[in-house]
Amino acid sequence: MSFGLFSSSFKHCLLSRPDVNPSNLKLDNGSRVAVIGGGPAGSFFSYFLLDMAQRVNIDVQVDIYEPRDFSHTAPQGCNMCGGIISESLVQLLAVEGINLPATVVQRGIDSYMLHMSVGSVRIGTPLHEKRIAAVHRGAGPRDIKEVKWKSLDGYLQWLASDKGAHLVCDRVDHFDWKDGRPQIKTRGGLVQEYDLLAVAVGVNSGLLKIFRDSVSGYEPPRVTKTYICEYHLGQETIEKYMGSSMHVFLLSIPRLEFAAIIPKGDYVTVCLLGDDIDGPLIKSFLESPEVRRCFPPDLPLDPPSCHCLPHINVTGATQPFADRIVFIGDSGVTRLYKDGIGAAYRTAKAAASTAIFQGISAENFRQYYWPACKRIAIDNRIGKIIFAYTGVMQKLRHDLRGILRMVSKEQMKDGCNPRMSMALWDLFTGSAPYREILLRMLNPVFVGRFIWNVVVGSLPIKRGRRP
Amino acid sequence: MGAGDLGRVYKDGEVIVRQGEAGDCMYVIQAGKAEVLQEQNGRNMRLAVLEEKDFFGEMALFEREVRSATVRALAEVRILTVDKRAFLRRIQEDPTLAFRVVEQLCHRVRRLNEELAQTKTGT
Repeated sequence: MSFGLFSSSFKHCLLSRPDVNPSNLKLDNGSRVAVIGGGPAGSFFSYFLLDMAQRVNIDVQVDIYEPRDFSHTAPQGCNMCGGIISESLVQLLAVEGINLPATVVQRGIDSYMLHMSVGSVRIGTPLHEKRIAAVHRGAGPRDIKEVKWKSLDGYLQWLASDKGAHLVCDRVDHFDWKDGRPQIKTRGGLVQEYDLLAVAVGVNSGLLKIFRDSVSGYEPPRVTKTYICEYHLGQETIEKYMGSSMHVFLLSIPRLEFAAIIPKGDYVTVCLLGDDIDGPLIKSFLESPEVRRCFPPDLPLDPPSCHCLPHINVTGATQPFADRIVFIGDSGVTRLYKDGIGAAYRTAKAAASTAIFQGISAENFRQYYWPACKRIAIDNRIGKIIFAYTGVMQKLRHDLRGILRMVSKEQMKDGCNPRMSMALWDLFTGSAPYREILLRMLNPVFVGRFIWNVVVGSLPIKRGRRP
Repeated sequence: MGAGDLGRVYKDGEVIVRQGEAGDCMYVIQAGKAEVLQEQNGRNMRLAVLEEKDFFGEMALFEREVRSATVRALAEVRILTVDKRAFLRRIQEDPTLAFRVVEQLCHRVRRLNEELAQTKTGT
């Protein structure tokens, strides 16, 4: 059966069968659930689905299909991501009873250094705690000699398995419907039918095209290219040059939206986000004095230990659900530029609670899962406005001086409301919704202080006065 | 504190929250132990010993009262703070997040019931 023909014929077939009335689509004892993709979204979904099923005494079977072994180094075990777990997600996981172990967290981040063309400033975490986790998604970069930390994805997979999920190490490469139920086929020749299918394959998988053609209304997210690379510096050098600070850059480099250097165990990860990241853009970033100052002067920045150009979402998917199917994580909706693992947690949990407490029809997902996706999608629109503004600001030295001055003053004074520091902290770490950040930035006190700092920061330099 | 440890370390005997003080966050123990003490008639009475994954201070998230007890580190303990505003916003979006909080409160009520029954029966 061709996928294109299927969409309309399936709907017709579904409505004409009394046993598949959408209101009857529920998980029950013995129901079988397939999760395609064993990254954070897939593992969180499996974990919470099983957890909630146990709470309401439903015995469901969950199979996670993931061909990669995350204990492997380089692309065989990597999920191509900067590897930051946001402050808000670290807290939420702790409340859920998931304390990220030091065997997985390579470095706890307690501050960030903001680098601009007019200077640099350190912004500390509000409570002087290490509340952001730097991790590797796989076992580590291509040239790693000794694996000292476990992979985040491997750890989350272990949590899901410990809850009762069954891991199938095979690649799903075909999808079809059989008697109104999703049927998948793997490269290894396995053919299985399920009551519910959760798709968590990310946006770098070719499988999404198959779903686009076969699931009515589903349109995958639009994507852009990003650049991620790793450098081996060793723990001592990282401690000396970066400590437990993440370094973020607001530089006037065309097409570059945002850049960060994240210290980890023996490596640092460099992430560049923007439009059509290419060789010249990467070169001009790595050669800028602000970046060179973060590394030992004798360290060659080319070639890196490992690098990739993965896709990231710039929009969400259209209608990431259908009867018996739900798209979670990047293949559904994720946050713009930041906190992708946090969005995977939120969408996975929303999909799992819908499936357990409401049902698995398209209508159930529309009513209970889609609002969670929409919240993220609407917030991303606000995020685009903020990033467009920061893009303009990167070229305005007076504004940059104003920011630098305002943050420096806030960081020196204990007890004052660090309005600019917190806005930047939440913007760069992904700790708060973009809407909340924008509202704080539009607060008259914030605007007034910022204008004051721009004006004072632009006055002729008096010795010892300017920070 | 190791490079990969999250939260903040409190040394043996250090007070994490103090009875009678205002609070606007809760805490989750990442590693180590802490004791819950209540001051009555000038004496500190130990109410409980908390371990890894236990949380405390959650009452401050739901009521506007001062801290009902003091929590002190037993040996070295590593604690993560959970912001009230972020937590309540998230509960509003995802009520299932409260499952564990309610679960722990249920355990406490159950334990208190047992202790009350023991006190009343004099065992």
